[in-house]
Amino acid sequence: MREGTRLGFILLLTPLLLWLSLLILIPHVDMFLVSIRERVGVGKYDISLANYRTFWGEPLYLWTFARTAVMSILATIITFLIAFPVSYYIAKIARGRLQSALFLACLIPFWVSELVRTFGWMILLRETGVFSGLLQWLGLAEGPVEMLYNDAAIMVGLVYTSMLFMVVPLVTTLESLDDAVIEAGYDLGGNGWSVLREIVLPHAKPGIVSGSIVVFMLSLGNYLTPTMLGGKDSLWFTELIYSQFIVRFNWELGAAFGFMLLLLSSLIVWGMLRLTGETLEETMG
Amino acid sequence: MAPDLECVSLTKRFDGMTAVDDVSFSVAPGSFFSILGPSGCGKTTIMRMIAGFLDPSAGDIRIKGRSVLNVPPNKRPVNMVFQHLALFPMMNVADNIGYGLRRAGLPKAEIARKVDEALERIGLPGIGARRVDELSGGQKQRVAIARCMVLEPDVLLLDEPLGALDLKLREHMKIELKKLQAEFDTTFVYITHDQSEALVMSDQVAVMNRGRFEQVGTARDLYYRPETAFVAGFVGDSNRWPGRVERIEGETLALRTDDGMLMLGATHGRALSVGDRVQMFVRPEAIRVARDAAELARFDNRIEGTVTSLLFNGAASRILVRHATGGGEIEVALPQSGEFADLGEGDRIVVGWSGAQGNCFPATGQDGAPDAERSDA
Repeated sequence: MREGTRLGFILLLTPLLLWLSLLILIPHVDMFLVSIRERVGVGKYDISLANYRTFWGEPLYLWTFARTAVMSILATIITFLIAFPVSYYIAKIARGRLQSALFLACLIPFWVSELVRTFGWMILLRETGVFSGLLQWLGLAEGPVEMLYNDAAIMVGLVYTSMLFMVVPLVTTLESLDDAVIEAGYDLGGNGWSVLREIVLPHAKPGIVSGSIVVFMLSLGNYLTPTMLGGKDSLWFTELIYSQFIVRFNWELGAAFGFMLLLLSSLIVWGMLRLTGETLEETMG
Repeated sequence: MAPDLECVSLTKRFDGMTAVDDVSFSVAPGSFFSILGPSGCGKTTIMRMIAGFLDPSAGDIRIKGRSVLNVPPNKRPVNMVFQHLALFPMMNVADNIGYGLRRAGLPKAEIARKVDEALERIGLPGIGARRVDELSGGQKQRVAIARCMVLEPDVLLLDEPLGALDLKLREHMKIELKKLQAEFDTTFVYITHDQSEALVMSDQVAVMNRGRFEQVGTARDLYYRPETAFVAGFVGDSNRWPGRVERIEGETLALRTDDGMLMLGATHGRALSVGDRVQMFVRPEAIRVARDAAELARFDNRIEGTVTSLLFNGAASRILVRHATGGGEIEVALPQSGEFADLGEGDRIVVGWSGAQGNCFPATGQDGAPDAERSDA
């Protein structure tokens, strides 16, 4: 009997261990090893921190690094500001069929691939696109307007892509808030704003934090949206990694970049958790 | 003195159905008023209209003489203790109690003082820093009341707040609530479907059914002098016998029940005539049991029968007695003084009660009967 349970435990654990070790642990260890070696001759490598020195020594890399972080944080904030009223409406105001219909409406865009969705935005925003045409037709613009290839276009794409990942945890936490608690807030003299600040937001905090973490990480690691909507001038850190690996065949520097990105996202998520007083277990559990 | 709360022809229609139908009542300052009724009778709707979460379709609500119809819930001088209390789980006890004071913009030091005072009053000093989910059911209850009472409302509404507690604690909290009401000297309006809560605590009880008040009175009035068949069936337990009037002499009437028993009852001033279909209500505790018919000589109703069931429930034990000739069953309270301790099923027994205890109401067809069944709920 004891033997049996033990075997079962091992068998159940095996897929998880394989997943963790093959797809996460081993590649990262290898990546780290690659990032700390320096080519000194043909097929000859030394251990050194030269790649990291290159990163810190080149303003363009640092600038792109900081820009990616700030833009991702901004995308997270904007996503939250749009998703919160939507989630509140779905969770607390809409009832029955309307509720499920609205939730489905948030899900539908994810039935097409990210690539197609991004092309959709390009059709809308490009010089000969729908918005440009509309503005000219209304007489608001003289000639064609180019709305693609700038930071605003990237932001639109990032927010659009991330919306669902903010809406789902928010709807879940808001639904668990008893309506009577909100009513009690009003009954005891609160107005809309104070009920939101003292009751709804504190209750939704775990959902806000987990949604924000997911959206932030998705934005930080996004490659497609910044590349397609941002064009040449809008650099994103993942593009730098891509170009080191694929264009320049400089795996060592690319690996170092990858590690810096991992460090950055860990640092910002940690900071976010500290700031809100949540723990990772509470948020993800 | 103007009543603290006055509802005038209060009506609420939801699409196609009338939840509250032309209800008027007033509650004297400092009194404990209960609305008692089965679930779905509209009592919660009345409560939510008073609190301001629903707008009445017609009628007026006045608090201390002033209409509050156009006052939003957060500005009304009433506060509500919710069914599941609705304490704020994200705050500790002191912040819960201080919430309303903070909203009113009081200085911090005064809030702290008032919160401590309130905790003292509910008998839980020093628990301010605890989290809400660390409290027991009874403590939560008291905190929920304190949270409202620090605001010194004119009227405190309580929406079945004891429903979630277990039986022992509920019994205890009934007394506690009554004490708290005296302590704070505030008007309480309490809604419940549990008659014992309403009867024990209230100065006045309104029995509600299908959106209307059936009777408003003291607990004794409702128990001893029910004005409608519904009240007779809903408040306390009753034997209910439908039948036909055979004779009437002044207040006394003779009734032939549908299952063949002949018994005497009283009209209590209601207009009834020979041949009318009536329902007679007799409380199990108004019926005496004896082994010998001679002991019951002073009662005008005496029925011999056999015991068909013993329903032991401590002090509230009952027996079911089957009428010797007819088929009817009579529920009788069994005295626990020892003399019937050896009573068994199948034993022959005599039961008797005074005709004045038999309360007769004209049978209204479909009305009354199904609702009366719920009386034990």
